[in-house]
Amino acid sequence: MSWSTAGTWAIIVTLGIGTFLMRFSFLGAMGGRRLPDWLLRHLRYTPVAVLPALVAPAVVWPPATGGDPDPARLAAAVVTVAVGWWRKSVLAAIGAGAVTLYALLFLLG
Amino acid sequence: MPASTRNSAYLTGLRQGAPFLLILVPFALLFGVVATEAGFSLPEVMGFSMVVLAGAAQFSAVQLMAENAHTLVVIATALAVNMRMAMYSASLTPYLGAAPLWQRALVAYGLFDQTYAVAHARFEARPEMTVAERIAFFAGAVTPMLPAWYGMTLVGAVAGRSIPPQFALDFALPITFLAMVAPALRTPAHVAAAGTSVALALVFAGLPFNLGLMIAAVAAMAVGAEIERRMGAR
Repeated sequence: MSWSTAGTWAIIVTLGIGTFLMRFSFLGAMGGRRLPDWLLRHLRYTPVAVLPALVAPAVVWPPATGGDPDPARLAAAVVTVAVGWWRKSVLAAIGAGAVTLYALLFLLG
Repeated sequence: MPASTRNSAYLTGLRQGAPFLLILVPFALLFGVVATEAGFSLPEVMGFSMVVLAGAAQFSAVQLMAENAHTLVVIATALAVNMRMAMYSASLTPYLGAAPLWQRALVAYGLFDQTYAVAHARFEARPEMTVAERIAFFAGAVTPMLPAWYGMTLVGAVAGRSIPPQFALDFALPITFLAMVAPALRTPAHVAAAGTSVALALVFAGLPFNLGLMIAAVAAMAVGAEIERRMGAR
């Protein structure tokens, strides 16, 4: 790695400011004004639109296996979603996913 | 508004935010370890966690810097990963927009996947909450998460030793995010949005700068909104 201290901090501070501006964007500029209905209808789907896309490639092509699909990780992802949907509980889903992952990694060696 | 309802909203936020420590703790620990192993100094590692405060973007930046990518590529990629924060910001505006500016600025600093997920779920389920109660709830949810994020980054950086690969911590992030999404799959529109999100993210996984993520997210929001509109119109 060939980063000077100043170069690294320039990146950290730029990312910090840029990220804050994105977080503050609508909260800061819109204030108490009401957003249009069509926009609100889109925004209701933000979590289910962003988070699956964020992790889907890592589920199917895990970096830890060099990008080869891994039965243990795929099964853990499916179990996590199924249990989370069924129990409506984030923690139950994480627990079930972790147990599945470790059990299959152990069994499949 | 009586202080007692604000206090109870704060405590509810604290209670509903606390379980997410199970996610933040290993994630922050892992970041501390990974960034230290990549060659960053302790202040730099802590700088990422305190100034940027966004796990996925921090990992992306450190990964690219370790590969000696161009500064602009590092910044563009990490900011693209964080574009969803603007969506979170817009999504919370109907609930928090009327709060004083300084409170909105503090909320913005503490707005990340876990605080957004817990706050949005609560605000949607309890439309009768006042703006002050919502701010108190958000403050409660953030209270355990921020110190855990900073502290565990520090522990990971100081411990410095790699966590054995048998622990498969690479998969802590996917499991966490999927677990946060699954309970939200309440309607056909939500399921279709999530399905679109996954499918397009895989199709466009090869695009640079996480453009695939943005395309998948925007298309999935449009699919969810359109299905809701058609089902409502019937």
